[in-house]
Amino acid sequence: MSLELKEVEKKVGIETHIHTTNLKLEKNTINVLLGSTLAGKTTLMQIMAGLDKPTTGEIWFNGKNVTGKEVQKRNCSMVYQQFINYPNFTVYENIASPLKITGIKSDEIKERVGKVAELLKLSAMLNKKPDELSGGQQQRTALARALVKDSDLILLDEPLANLDFKLREELREELPKLFEDRDCIVVYATTEPQDALMIGGNTATLLEGKVIQYGKTLDVYSKPENLTSAKVFSDPPMNTAEINKKGETFKIDNNNVEWKSNLKIKDGRYKIGIRPHNITTYQEGNNSVEINAKVLISELSGSESLIHFTNGKLNWVSLSNGIQSKNIGEETKLYMNIDEFLYFDQNNRLVNHG
Amino acid sequence: MNKTLNQKAWYFVIPVFVLVAFNAAVPLMTVVNYSFQETFGSNVFAWEGTRWFKEILHSERFHASLGRQVIFTFIILLIQLPLGIGIALTMPKKGWGVPVCLILMSMPLLIPWNVVGAMWNIFALPDIGFLGNSLNSIGFDYNFTQQSGDAWFTTILMDVWHWTSLVVLLSYAGLNSIQPAYYQAAEIDGASRWDIFRYIELPKMKKVLTLAILLRFMDSFMIYTEPFVLTGGGPGNATNFLSLDLVKMALGQFDLGPAAAMSLIYFLIVLLICWIFYTIMMKDEGRA
Repeated sequence: MSLELKEVEKKVGIETHIHTTNLKLEKNTINVLLGSTLAGKTTLMQIMAGLDKPTTGEIWFNGKNVTGKEVQKRNCSMVYQQFINYPNFTVYENIASPLKITGIKSDEIKERVGKVAELLKLSAMLNKKPDELSGGQQQRTALARALVKDSDLILLDEPLANLDFKLREELREELPKLFEDRDCIVVYATTEPQDALMIGGNTATLLEGKVIQYGKTLDVYSKPENLTSAKVFSDPPMNTAEINKKGETFKIDNNNVEWKSNLKIKDGRYKIGIRPHNITTYQEGNNSVEINAKVLISELSGSESLIHFTNGKLNWVSLSNGIQSKNIGEETKLYMNIDEFLYFDQNNRLVNHG
Repeated sequence: MNKTLNQKAWYFVIPVFVLVAFNAAVPLMTVVNYSFQETFGSNVFAWEGTRWFKEILHSERFHASLGRQVIFTFIILLIQLPLGIGIALTMPKKGWGVPVCLILMSMPLLIPWNVVGAMWNIFALPDIGFLGNSLNSIGFDYNFTQQSGDAWFTTILMDVWHWTSLVVLLSYAGLNSIQPAYYQAAEIDGASRWDIFRYIELPKMKKVLTLAILLRFMDSFMIYTEPFVLTGGGPGNATNFLSLDLVKMALGQFDLGPAAAMSLIYFLIVLLICWIFYTIMMKDEGRA
């Protein structure tokens, strides 16, 4: 089983929503579409599902061209950011609804709904209506509806975006397990790099209707092909600067920050990309370099501390573990972990592969 | 800490009390006052107890006009709700058609009620009116000033023309608030158009439809101006609805006592039906 987009392009009027895309998703994989709002995640999913037709290009499923095939005939299911359930149906009826339409016997429906409900911890709520449930339970119901059908293709469009933090964490942990022994292709759209890392599988980074990079999630994260992909896969935003290499010395332009490295690349001009969590208030790794920082904003996010700082013309973000309180305007020292630096050439391509 | 007693805040509430008194309590109490007394003019009153209420409740005239009123309202709701929902479903959801449709739909609602009555009176006149004349020329024996069936037909047609838009606008607003994802989800499930209407659109429109039914019930149950101008309650008493009858009794015959009693009964009927209806419709709400 595989889903393949061949030269797919989507235009609405004069606007191009999806630039020519080639993508092949394999059987039994979870594929994350990672990109900000309006990156084209939803459009891409709708094209995959058959809810929308590509302007040009073809969609192949299991070696068959399914480009014009209606969504009802494709055996796919979808979960949305909003909690979509039939408002007048009970949880049981909601989960059973996709099966009823296909005309499966009621004994079997009962059994399958029971199984899925148990999997999603809904067994106690089968007789309730959606508006009596919490947001998390409503979304679980929607997920159950998607799972009960044994679809070939399951599309999840930011399913956790409307949940509060705790429920999101909980469901995010469960999600990969739900799909573990299912014969299907899962596509998961999200704006949050953290989601992609937790879910694993494969990731496609998207920006402005273009698939920037597709591969194993960890590979895309640690070896972004280019600066754009690295930026998409970084939250808080990646810190970048123009640098100059001479011998073993790397120096940031118009700035006195410099470090030494035996990285085998030609002398010349490069761009550096440093993820916020590689700049910390404490030393990490064996090779770190100090940077003077003037604190702009210091804020806590969960058990992490986010410090926005300046150094000369640099305006960067650092992310440290634990509570690191800094005062606004304070001059302090931060440490950058050189081993994790990403170097890009003038065409924004990564130069220090693995 | 010692609290000093200071009740000056009550002064701020006085304007509201005065306003409410003048727009609700005082006029209503005047009617209550009349309903229990006999008036002889020049402000001479005699206590009559519940006599007028008994009289009205047993009067055939009241029964007849109440019956007409109930039938009229029932027909109005039966036509306007499905028609309104139907029109709302066919209205465009985006593009230039939206403002055009909305303006066209709002038009009847913007016309003063007595103008609507006058318009339809002239429109339906059997000799010179476009509608009346056309109907007669294609072979119908149509004359709303003389045949009660025709009078009913014309009154209902006029009300449908005047007020269906309200149901349309409310339904349209309700439909537009349904997120597109619902339709997509239904499409993926393979639901038919009827399923979508029955299981998504109708439940999602429940609140606005409740409002539409309430508004249409109240307005049609209290209809006065349009039939007053169109038929004046005639021919005979054929379209003599409750409020028309009430005004005839109060200002035509100057039977202030019975008219006041009738007003109160009328008011209580409207209040009661609205309350029952609202309670039933909203029974499931408020749990979420």
